[in-house]
Amino acid sequence: MIEIKNLTCNYGNNIVFNGINLSIKKGSLAGIVGPSGSGKTTLIKAILGVVRPIAGEVYVNGKIIKNNPPPDIGYIPQLETIEWNFPVTVEQVVMMGRYNKMGRLPWAGKEDRKKVQEALDRLGILEYTNHHINTLSGGEQQRVFLARALVSEPELLILDEPTSSVDLKTQHDILHFLLTLNKKGITIILITHDLNAVAAHLPWIICFNRGIIAEGMPEDVFNPEILKKTYNADVAVIRKGHLILMANATPFND
Amino acid sequence: MEFLITPLKYEFVVNGMIVAMMIGILCGIIGIYVVLRGMSYIGHGLSHAAFGGAVIGYIFSINLYIAAGVWGLLSAFLINLIVREKKIKADAAIGIVTTASFALGIALISRIRRFTKNLEAILFGNILGVTTEDIIIIGIVTLLVIIIIFFLYKQLLFVTFDPESANVYGTRASLIDAIFSFILAASIIVSLQVIGVTLIAAAIIIPASTARLLTNNFNKMFFLSIAIGAITSVAGIYASFYLNAASGATIVLLGALIFSIVLIYNYIHRKIMLHEHAHSHLHGAIPHHHTHLDDAEHSHEHKEKV
Repeated sequence: MIEIKNLTCNYGNNIVFNGINLSIKKGSLAGIVGPSGSGKTTLIKAILGVVRPIAGEVYVNGKIIKNNPPPDIGYIPQLETIEWNFPVTVEQVVMMGRYNKMGRLPWAGKEDRKKVQEALDRLGILEYTNHHINTLSGGEQQRVFLARALVSEPELLILDEPTSSVDLKTQHDILHFLLTLNKKGITIILITHDLNAVAAHLPWIICFNRGIIAEGMPEDVFNPEILKKTYNADVAVIRKGHLILMANATPFND
Repeated sequence: MEFLITPLKYEFVVNGMIVAMMIGILCGIIGIYVVLRGMSYIGHGLSHAAFGGAVIGYIFSINLYIAAGVWGLLSAFLINLIVREKKIKADAAIGIVTTASFALGIALISRIRRFTKNLEAILFGNILGVTTEDIIIIGIVTLLVIIIIFFLYKQLLFVTFDPESANVYGTRASLIDAIFSFILAASIIVSLQVIGVTLIAAAIIIPASTARLLTNNFNKMFFLSIAIGAITSVAGIYASFYLNAASGATIVLLGALIFSIVLIYNYIHRKIMLHEHAHSHLHGAIPHHHTHLDDAEHSHEHKEKV
């Protein structure tokens, strides 16, 4: 589904990463983990076609991505980038995901309204249809953007830190919902900082720090050596049956 | 009724009324995006930049709209050049270029000492002095803006709210931005002679800001802003007729008055809500006591068991 060949991206005068090669198969559910500033977001923005690489190519479904984003894609940005006081209701935000399927007229058709209602219902936020987005909790806000992605009927879903600023239960619910979507054939890539949550839920992990450090199943890549290379810090890994738990193991010195 | 009919006996008042209503609608529409994008300073800057062009146009007998338009484009180009240097941010670049352009206009006027009514109108507005040509030009621009906004309503909303996602979902944010900049510049230039350089920013911002205070729904805000813009413009003409005050200033003052009333209403309403919710109350079977600072806090969950 996604082929990345010798990809090099910059931010101003700095090279973020150089000559990356990565292949993500159709139907994958992959989590990208790595420290802040490691280039994770730049990588997904290159896949989305909103960051122009200085070298290399990104192919989605065999088509090269240049300036235009790939079709049939759903994207959930970091919630921190959203202007929550903007005057839009939950329904209006979700409807945005249908815009490219709607006609030229400014109003939504019956089919579009139905799709939006179904997505809101599926995510358990139907009762907030006409609520202002700022009146929802963090978990509900995340669901609004998930619903927006779903109504676009994506083949590929990309999420930038969907589990940040939500509680453990919501984190679990979101990851389970993504698993359900993945089982229905949607390819999913997400960026996250929650190592324990992705270890418990995701089948494929990409450890990233200005390049791909390792990729594989959680039990293969979540070990102290790879995590040290990824985070430049000591990370303790505790295994108990299928459970993998990770914690910062760098000693604290005054 | 006589109160409403008397001013309409004068042709210049009727013309002023038509133009004021069109400008009110135009500013009401444009203002929504200007306010929500946090671009209020651009309206202010563009009008000041265009003033320099208008004066040069006047000196060389070039059509005011063409001179102001070309000068506005040149200013935008210069601002872009400065911003590309990276050390200077956009707001500072706009401040430098547009104020320098305005100063150039003032300097030229003081040098040639032919400060006529025409240039005074550009500075302070002259709704009641509009010509048939002005009415036609403003009418065409208003119609054009309404048509563009009608067909780009969804895209403009998406790009204003979440430009990065808009791009991903197939809306070309840079193209929408370019179209919006074009209609913003066109609206400001045609409004210059009517509202005046010094008042135009307020005419754009006030209706949209008032509408924002009244609703959290974009569609409602859109129509409220247009209605407020049109109503304050027409009411402002009546007020200026009876008070014998400058029409542009009267319209802006009336808009500011309505904004203040809505602001005070919102403040009192919030205080009442706060008072009502500051008591012990029940959420289902759970006794609860706290204060709500704003409406957003009403969404919290109460899952703890008693």
